[in-house]
Amino acid sequence: MIEYALNFGFVCVALALLMNLYRLTAGPTTADRVLAVDTMAINAIALLVLYGIGQATAMYFEGALLFAMFGFVSTVAYCKFVLRGDIIE
Amino acid sequence: MPFFVELIISLLIVIGGLFLLVGSFGMIKLKDLLPRLHAPTKASTVGLGGVLIASMLFFWVERGHFTIHELLITLFIFLTAPITANLIAKAYMLLNVDPNKDLPPSKQDEGWATFDPVGPEGYDPSEEYKEKET
Repeated sequence: MIEYALNFGFVCVALALLMNLYRLTAGPTTADRVLAVDTMAINAIALLVLYGIGQATAMYFEGALLFAMFGFVSTVAYCKFVLRGDIIE
Repeated sequence: MPFFVELIISLLIVIGGLFLLVGSFGMIKLKDLLPRLHAPTKASTVGLGGVLIASMLFFWVERGHFTIHELLITLFIFLTAPITANLIAKAYMLLNVDPNKDLPPSKQDEGWATFDPVGPEGYDPSEEYKEKET
């Protein structure tokens, strides 16, 4: 039964990523694009965790953790750049 | 693996996937950035939490010992989602919102934080650099 649920989850996350990609390309403002990339990082974490369940290995956990940290850091860095014109003042 | 554990894990995966889908659907449905900000920061966070709890249960039942690895990601996302939302809103307001027309008066000596220069009235940060150089 978990296989069916996993397939459903994969489809949901893939559709979500496509929607984020649309917002990334079409987004009228810079902030829209930053938000789209941030959401894509969250969806990528979900995809990695689901794949880890499917393969029954905990190896993908570290990748998911790295995605979580670098997604946050890159979003903050870009917003800081827009706000202050510099990242590390 | 017992049936009811499989059922719980499957339900958590399905609910998490649906929340992630709804969160990203809000991004193309809502028409402006500030309402659009609500969808991914709230719905996607809950969806990811569901998927991570499913993963935690799965490895607990399969390996036989309980780990809280996945709670680390959940905690990190729950802590960082409000910060990113705040920063994205500030960046959007700085670029696209006119503080004189679109915002109500702040009713204080200072204006709204995003639009004010750092420091008190008449403070020019460039003078500090000049003093350091000489």
